[in-house]
Amino acid sequence: MVQLPWLLLLLPLATAALIHFALGGSGRLAAWTGTASAFGMLGLSVSLLVGATAEASPFVWLETGMFHPDLEQAITLSLKTDRLALSMMLVVTIVGALVHLFSLTYMAEDKARPRYYAGLSLFLFSMTGIVLAGNLFMMFIFWELVGLSSYLLIGHWFTKKSAAEASKKAFLTNRIGDFGFLVGILLIWGAFGTVDFNALERRVDLGNLPLTGGLLTAGILCLFAGAVGKSAQFPLHVWLPDAMEGPTPVSALIHAATMVAAGVYMLVRISFLIALDPTAAMTIAWIGGGTALLAALLATQQDDIKRVLAYSTLSQLGYMVMAVGLLASQAAYFHLFTHAFFKALLFLGAGAVIYCCHHEQNIWKMGGLAKRMPLTFATFAIGTACLIAVPYVTSGFYSKEAILDSAYAASRPLFWIAAFVALLTAFYMTRLVVVAFLGKARSQYARDAVEAPTPMAFALTCLTLLSIVGGFRFFAEAILPRGFYPTFDSPHHNFVMAVSIICLLAGVVASFLLYRGREKDPLHITPLRRGLYIDDLYTGLIRLFQDGAAAVAAAFDRHILNGFFLGGTAALTQAVGSVFRRMQPGSLHFYLVLAALGIMLLIWATSTV
Amino acid sequence: MDSILFYLFALVMIAFGFGVVMNRNPVTSAMCLVGCFLGVAALFIMLDAFFIGVVQIAVYAGAVIVLFVFILMLLDIAGEKRREFPIHAIAIGLIVAVIVGGQIAMVAGSLDDVGGKFPPIDKAAAVEARVERGNNPDSTINTILTDPKKPSYPDVHIIGEALFTRYPLHLQIVAVLLTVGAVGVVVLSKKRLE
Amino acid sequence: MTLEHYLIAAGILFCTGLFGMIVRRNILVIFMCLELILASATLTLVAFSRFRLTSGLPDIDAQMLVFFVITVAAAEVAVGLAIIVSLYRSTQSVHMEDLHTLKG
Repeated sequence: MVQLPWLLLLLPLATAALIHFALGGSGRLAAWTGTASAFGMLGLSVSLLVGATAEASPFVWLETGMFHPDLEQAITLSLKTDRLALSMMLVVTIVGALVHLFSLTYMAEDKARPRYYAGLSLFLFSMTGIVLAGNLFMMFIFWELVGLSSYLLIGHWFTKKSAAEASKKAFLTNRIGDFGFLVGILLIWGAFGTVDFNALERRVDLGNLPLTGGLLTAGILCLFAGAVGKSAQFPLHVWLPDAMEGPTPVSALIHAATMVAAGVYMLVRISFLIALDPTAAMTIAWIGGGTALLAALLATQQDDIKRVLAYSTLSQLGYMVMAVGLLASQAAYFHLFTHAFFKALLFLGAGAVIYCCHHEQNIWKMGGLAKRMPLTFATFAIGTACLIAVPYVTSGFYSKEAILDSAYAASRPLFWIAAFVALLTAFYMTRLVVVAFLGKARSQYARDAVEAPTPMAFALTCLTLLSIVGGFRFFAEAILPRGFYPTFDSPHHNFVMAVSIICLLAGVVASFLLYRGREKDPLHITPLRRGLYIDDLYTGLIRLFQDGAAAVAAAFDRHILNGFFLGGTAALTQAVGSVFRRMQPGSLHFYLVLAALGIMLLIWATSTV
Repeated sequence: MDSILFYLFALVMIAFGFGVVMNRNPVTSAMCLVGCFLGVAALFIMLDAFFIGVVQIAVYAGAVIVLFVFILMLLDIAGEKRREFPIHAIAIGLIVAVIVGGQIAMVAGSLDDVGGKFPPIDKAAAVEARVERGNNPDSTINTILTDPKKPSYPDVHIIGEALFTRYPLHLQIVAVLLTVGAVGVVVLSKKRLE
Repeated sequence: MTLEHYLIAAGILFCTGLFGMIVRRNILVIFMCLELILASATLTLVAFSRFRLTSGLPDIDAQMLVFFVITVAAAEVAVGLAIIVSLYRSTQSVHMEDLHTLKG
């Protein structure tokens, strides 16, 4: 009896293995195999969601032996196929399948297509593992696998120095967060004796927690560190903008819709733990809010179309993390759900633009694309409308309202930050659309651009539809877990909505007035362009520590090892040697006298007189 | 009579010894060495070690000295023109020699039974002991030992007996050593090692 | 005559040899002085052999030792002289002050 969830998990792994080991020579075959597999996964997750039996028996992966009688003695690979996981699976597979479809054209001329599609399948496998994971250990395993496949895909064009550097940076930055995650998992395991989500939830419901106070805060924040790394929250956000060096479909799949959402998904999974500790929750909320604000500010001054989108992703992820911290994980998850569609749409739209402009990514060298690529423009504009939350007709509006509502209820400062971020979002997205699509073409590539080919257009259209209906009650409630769709019945809802609409209008109008018909950016705020110097700070810090450590090591080597031990030994040997050299004058007579002295000593020592 | 001979031979030995040390010409030194060895051999004979005395003359006064003189001739070393006896060397040599000599004298004088004379050789006891060890009473050595007409004891026989019954392995080893020495000398003396 | 006389005589010969070795600069003469010392040692051995009778006769083992010493000494003289010859070939001298290649 084949259990569908296991099949869903293992299908992409098998595909990756097949492509890697058997289809390495044929890019076309690899592409079609990968795409077919992705659509197969989509079918599987739809059938699971609409009612196929989703039972999956756990599989004991390794036995750990008895550390303590209360601890579980086995690390199991168990699947948790609740509504949350299945809805997330749907998002992942839809975006995954459409990205595969998009890649068919986008990557058509790439030399290393088998590697690319094997990487995509491996990523889908890892992501499925995270989503379906029934316990924290399993989640961690796939967490690392996601990091690995992300590394492989960002560095797909590894001959380009910046891509290789970016993949390394992403991997290493993620490692920092993963380390915290692992510590958190071990802490939870040690205290609760289990890392299984169901068992943990039962334990929390029973009350009388084994972990309290500062230790609980630390444990939750350690788990959160994993999300900080994977969802690119401040201070580990630096990898995400650089990760845009990867192929654009990868950016759409991994760095916009799914992988970075894994952190938020994990937080939603453990939201029952976060609810236990207000300190940790507040910290999470402020980090999320801070990231949202920081990223939105940085996004206003980016010239690279993908980097604008990358920072907007950061900002939206900040919204979600903030909502989780404000104990509104339903709102966070809802936003994650809608965001995945419209951000994938935006990225694929950007991909289409880049593809049609011969890999030109600077928006100031585009312009006037609306006339040449009407369909792409339309879909991109709809995606933008979702992102800046145009009222009532876009999915982003509903989910963002839910977050703003909960922020208003829980923390006023965070609400105003979120409102300001909404304004900034409207500002920079309008800037992007105005500069890239409207006005005159500012380069030959832009003048020569033609409409995106059919597979791309199809993918864009599908995502556009999903972006619009994703927020509607009839659609979302059919997919999301019960109670996750916001009710919008709080007494202050009208006020919140008014603020949000004012922010939206202010941002759009300001941006439109500022950027309409401009040839180059009228604003030039260097700190924002340089990412508030955070990268430089990190580089400096790392260099400082490295240089410090190197200096210490060098001093140790030079003075202690070389100077004292080696030099001392050498000096001692030389001193002893020079003493002995005096005793070896090379004169036979001297030796004879010494021998005579020896005879005297011998006689003196042995005679009894 | 004995003591006169002893002093005579001891004097010869030591005088020629000084001759070796004091002569500027190494050839004269070598000749003095012969005289010294002759004195030593005479003292051996006085100590009833006839065979050793003869060997001393044959090997040292004969072969070794011939070697020395031969080498002296080969190298054609004239008497040393340079300052042969540096004064500080003489001083140090004297001090060392006097101290060592004093120590030897002290040790010699401190032995318990040194004052006693050499005991007479008892041939009857020797035969008795030999027979007791299972030696044939009529063997050559025993016959000579019991023969009252022989004034001395047959030390060549006894040394031969010891050499081939109790020290055969040592004899072999010495034979090998001499062979190695002969080969080594040839190798060392070759003009150029190839 | 007593054992002491012989020991003293041997001692004097020993000291003469030692003195000669320290004083002389000609390596051949030094080698001769070495022989003097060796002779004094054998003289001591023979004296003790005569002094310590074993079952009425001089101790034959001591004389055997002397015999072997003389044999080895003969070999030693041969090898030593060969070394001196090759030394002379390389330095054209048998004077000790010219032989200082081992100086540290």
